[in-house]
Amino acid sequence: MAAVQDAPVEADNEKEIKTETLNDAAGNHASAAGGVIPSPPVASTSSSGPAKAGGPGSEEQQTLMAVLQFLKKNNFVGAVDVLRREAGILEDSDESQGQELAASALGGAEAGDATCTLSRASSCTTSTPAVAAAPAKGGEDQPDVNVVLSAYSQQGDPALYQGYYSGLKKFVESVLDCHRAELSQLFYPLFVHMYLELVYNNHETEAKAFFEKFSGDQECYYQDDLRVLSGLTKKEHMKGNETLLDFRTSKFVLRISRDSYQLLKRHLQERQNNQIWNIIQEHLYIDIFDGMPRSKSQIDSMSGSLAGEAKREANKAKVFYGLLKEPEIDVPLDDEDEEGENEEGKPKKKKPKKDSMGSKSKKQDPNAPQQNRIPLPELKDSDKLDKIMYMKEATKRIRLGPESLPSICFYTFLNAYQGLTAVDFTDDSSLIAGGFADSTVRVWSVTPKKLRSVKSAADLNLIDKESDDVLERIMDEKSASESKILYGHSGPVYGVSFSPDRNYLLSCSEDGTVRLWSLQTFTCLVGYKGHNYPVWDTQFSPYGYYFISGGHDRVARLWATDHYQPLRMFAGHLADITCTQFHPNSNYVATGSADRTVRLWDILNGNCVRIFTGHKGPIHSLAFSPNGKYLASGATDGRVLLWDIGHGLMIGELKGHTDTVYSLKFSRDGEILASGSMDNTVRLWDSIKAFDDIETDDFTAATGHIHLPENSQELLLGTYMTKSTPVIHLHFTRRNLLLAAGAYNP
Amino acid sequence: MADERRPKQCSLVLPTESMKVMAESVGVGQLQEECCVALSEEVSYRIKEIAQDALKFMHHGKRRKLTTNDIDHALKLKNVEPLYGFQSQEFIPFRFASGGGRELHFYEEKEVDLSDIINTPLPRVPLDVSLKAHWLSIEGVQPAIPENPPPVSKEQQKVESTEPLKAVKPGQEEEGPVQGKGQGVTSAESKGKEKSISRLKPRSTHELSVEQQLYYKEITEACVGSCEAKRAEALQSIATDPGLYQMLPRFSTFISEGVRVNVVQNNLALLIYLMRMVKALMDNPTLYLEKYLHELIPAVVTCIVSKQLCLRPDMDNHWALRDFAARLMAQICKTFSTTNNNIQSRITKTFTKSLLDDKTQWTTRYGSIAGLAELGPDVIKTLILPRLSIEGARIKAVVEGPVISNIDKIGADHVQSLLLKHCASVIAKTRPLPDNVDQYRADYGYLGSMLCSHVVKARAQAALQAQQVNRTTLTITQPRPTLTLSQGVSTGSGPRTPNIIKVPSSLTLPVQTLVSTRPVTPAQPSPPATKYIVMSTSTAAATSPQVISLTSSRSSSPITSTAPSSTSTLQPLVKVEHTGQSVTTPGAGGSRTLQKYIVVSLPSAVSSEVKASSLSSPSTAVDSTVKADRTELPGASTHSSH
Repeated sequence: MAAVQDAPVEADNEKEIKTETLNDAAGNHASAAGGVIPSPPVASTSSSGPAKAGGPGSEEQQTLMAVLQFLKKNNFVGAVDVLRREAGILEDSDESQGQELAASALGGAEAGDATCTLSRASSCTTSTPAVAAAPAKGGEDQPDVNVVLSAYSQQGDPALYQGYYSGLKKFVESVLDCHRAELSQLFYPLFVHMYLELVYNNHETEAKAFFEKFSGDQECYYQDDLRVLSGLTKKEHMKGNETLLDFRTSKFVLRISRDSYQLLKRHLQERQNNQIWNIIQEHLYIDIFDGMPRSKSQIDSMSGSLAGEAKREANKAKVFYGLLKEPEIDVPLDDEDEEGENEEGKPKKKKPKKDSMGSKSKKQDPNAPQQNRIPLPELKDSDKLDKIMYMKEATKRIRLGPESLPSICFYTFLNAYQGLTAVDFTDDSSLIAGGFADSTVRVWSVTPKKLRSVKSAADLNLIDKESDDVLERIMDEKSASESKILYGHSGPVYGVSFSPDRNYLLSCSEDGTVRLWSLQTFTCLVGYKGHNYPVWDTQFSPYGYYFISGGHDRVARLWATDHYQPLRMFAGHLADITCTQFHPNSNYVATGSADRTVRLWDILNGNCVRIFTGHKGPIHSLAFSPNGKYLASGATDGRVLLWDIGHGLMIGELKGHTDTVYSLKFSRDGEILASGSMDNTVRLWDSIKAFDDIETDDFTAATGHIHLPENSQELLLGTYMTKSTPVIHLHFTRRNLLLAAGAYNP
Repeated sequence: MADERRPKQCSLVLPTESMKVMAESVGVGQLQEECCVALSEEVSYRIKEIAQDALKFMHHGKRRKLTTNDIDHALKLKNVEPLYGFQSQEFIPFRFASGGGRELHFYEEKEVDLSDIINTPLPRVPLDVSLKAHWLSIEGVQPAIPENPPPVSKEQQKVESTEPLKAVKPGQEEEGPVQGKGQGVTSAESKGKEKSISRLKPRSTHELSVEQQLYYKEITEACVGSCEAKRAEALQSIATDPGLYQMLPRFSTFISEGVRVNVVQNNLALLIYLMRMVKALMDNPTLYLEKYLHELIPAVVTCIVSKQLCLRPDMDNHWALRDFAARLMAQICKTFSTTNNNIQSRITKTFTKSLLDDKTQWTTRYGSIAGLAELGPDVIKTLILPRLSIEGARIKAVVEGPVISNIDKIGADHVQSLLLKHCASVIAKTRPLPDNVDQYRADYGYLGSMLCSHVVKARAQAALQAQQVNRTTLTITQPRPTLTLSQGVSTGSGPRTPNIIKVPSSLTLPVQTLVSTRPVTPAQPSPPATKYIVMSTSTAAATSPQVISLTSSRSSSPITSTAPSSTSTLQPLVKVEHTGQSVTTPGAGGSRTLQKYIVVSLPSAVSSEVKASSLSSPSTAVDSTVKADRTELPGASTHSSH
């Protein structure tokens, strides 16, 4: 049972969490913790002594009882004796005494280092509790131990729950204003856990009454979860319900200032409110900080995720957000355009061009990762040509800003009958791919150049391989058409992505596969199987070769096109991964999830290096700024949030959309952020201003408390209605023309 | 805390009776109550779970509507066999039944006869997905092209005109999230400026951009110019372009001034052109015309009742103009008349007054009768029928009396046929059956005998029509799911809201001669064989072809090729031949076809055509959702010329 995981072990142990969730993903929730290293119980007893000595919390007490019981059951008499002696527990100590002890421990904890004890998950670095809990895990299939350890077993009188809750409510309402907002954070997790306890212990009517009475108090952004909860009234339902599992396996993280926390603790202590205290101990992670309590708006901006806010520690890791050095390519000068065309094909050894691009790439950005941190594919000649084209186009790029807004060209899919689910443009804007609900992927050429496939093998034998225009000759002129259809998936296609070199196309589908298509032959090359459930999104790395996919199984996978198995699995999200995006330097990937968090993963070691909370609905779009410093995310709540990756902070909130934001894109120079939504609008935002307005001094960076300016309206540069066409995808061409796409939906 | 911010989460549970019914349906009888309770709770929970999963699929499918497929996928997620057979794209109607103390909601599944399916012709293949590009914004400004929504919605135009102080400039976002749609504001400063200004007084923008001026010039010139093709395009543009609201005051003034001048100069052709402009403006769904009725109505009424509209009243067919304008007036009344402005009653009063005046000229008399008659059978019944005998006497005086002037005689003739046409149908509906000539004569005086014969005809026709209706609906009900948008990028139909051009239900030009259909854009593949070869055998045919073309996008006319002649006592006036099934021609979607209705003469009414054309309107409505890409139009091209 997942309930085992109340022990403090996992809190800091990233690895473990990951394994569990992986297993979750594989579908065997029941044995979620099975992957944890089970250490032999005998070994644990000897080392569990110091745990007692180091100031016993009620938690540890309880754990000890469990261990004792386990040992007894397995006839480790000696071990039991030793443990008893060490822990100072009398032979006849029973549950009631345990309760008492817990209460006294509470007092002791306050006298001692309060913070340390209560937020022990982070501060208790002694290995003891970890090991102490491990045997319990090993024996988790033992029913009686399970009952003892089960999170919701030590219930009080079910009738009193309402009293507990309203007592706390009264208390919170009576405290000073500055603390009230912080303490109000407790309501939702407490509510959920109390409700679940009631359900777990088969107090159905009490649970219903409890829900009826207090569900209205919860913040509106938890509504989706409450809806799930409301349906759940039986213990049997709790098995296999993912949302609940999330609640029980992961600790709800709250950030509370030390003063507010002391207030709460004193209150609970006075009232002897063990029930609530236990829940706080077991299911909540309280991140205590020194300083001013946060205001309601500050809290609101950060909360909303399924498992509370991110711990501060989670966002402390260093992220190399800088861009990689551009490979040195000699660019022919502009006036040599014709020449450049002629010289295509052979690598150039001419004088390097002294334009801005070249000089910029000379300096090494201190925030950039090492060039070879992630092995990247070598540039082919054709890639170099493309780079040259890119630079040429870049020189003709329009500088955007509030005074010069981009033109928007809208590509409407007609007769799509609501079936369009995903769109992608190639970087040079020559091709459009659409994924459809009827399992097809279609590719259009939006330039006069038609799509041609390579000739069949028999025909290829006939052509002269020595001729200069062999690349032309292999193409089948008869197959030229404006669009091609790719058949292969057996379910709606939810994501498409072009490779940067335009030779490949990725698509992911409800059928659980990611497919790689060749745009030379317009056939499927590989079907990557790994996700067993629908894959919601896939994305090629900006350097090609790698790609990321994420889906209903809550795991994002990193693949390389030439491996049929994933290279990395990024596990940690508590709900479906809804969107994925590569960092421009290809060393990181961002994933957005239905658990309302955005996570940033390091490709090198698979670690989660950033957790961004603040969205109030599933996240459906992500975009990195071209300089790699910022991330924008859009969700079903219609808001777009801006994040500073380096500091791990929220730095902006763009309100305006009235429906899900399905697409986000920064302009090529990062001055404009374009967002497209289900509400049939494209909106343009002044991203420069949004980034400049925020002051990221050391204090805010350290605490993560940010005052968001209410300036959405000032940042909004334009709103463009379409004619009942939801905007599904946005793309800036190399010259900063904005392309948008969507299906006409009469 | 979020007190009362949203409705309470309710935990609904399926009734236990449903469990019983379902159990019975799979052969389990006598289910115990406790089982039912346990089952219903479990089932409710699972259903909720599945629904919540299905929502995920909806979100990822980028839709707002949950489909049966989403449910199937959610079931698949849970490793449950999907429900096969529920492929409905639309709402599934549940029916309710009760009896024996039980209440049931069920989905009606009709038994389908396989042979029916085999024998029905296959529905047409839906059009393939296609891609079309347009400018959503050009350097921050949204061009007013058909592909984009109207820059200022009708509601907003209304707000602007009715509550000028509250008016919000486009692009300004302060009054709420919805209103600010439309043009983007190019700079934050100008936005700020506008904000502060709007607090004081709305800035009324009467200046037009250069493009708009050009467009206005082109359109007005084309509308009154000599080239009929250009005029048709211009009128089409007026009737469909969404961005005209800024030019509306100019158009309105243009029309009202134009009528004023041309009535004095008796320039019939120009008056007709101007009336067609009015019609086109009224057809444009994005315009808020209420503000300009004070200019338009006098112009229209002038064209109905003016004493003289042309230089040669004996030769020119100004009667058609009066008819057309009368219909316009009726349409105006229908659309805009409210209890506040009382347009209809005021107009009725005006017409009645001139009708009652003995000194009224025949032309004006004709106009006022036509104007009243178009307002509907009720008006005819209450205002015209009682006057029949008086008018009859007056006509008799002219026709049988000493010849005073030829003009009067023609006028009397026209009034007579007009009265017969309109009154006959009304009488046929209201008067009890025995159609006795003497009785008619007693009731209606001089016109009685003719009226009687018309009524008899009308009755016969009504009977025939009933059949026709059946037949027509038969042909129309064939599924035509694909007509809305055209195929391929090249044919270029834009994404448009179904912008149905109303074919007025009383499209009663006495004789509609369908001369030719003309695909306007030559580049487009013109629909094959949509030819209407019309031979008019009417006597007065070729003399004065006053062209009144109504821009209906296409008239679907497999309806009445036989109808008109069969019941009419007059010579068959119109013969419509069509080669090929024009309506169902695939690929015709993108082309725009203009019909010309050339008024050839004014013989006495053949109301079957009238009815036929009104019958055709439903199918026309279906077809007319097809909109053509109109980049060749001056307006559109000027806008997209960046």
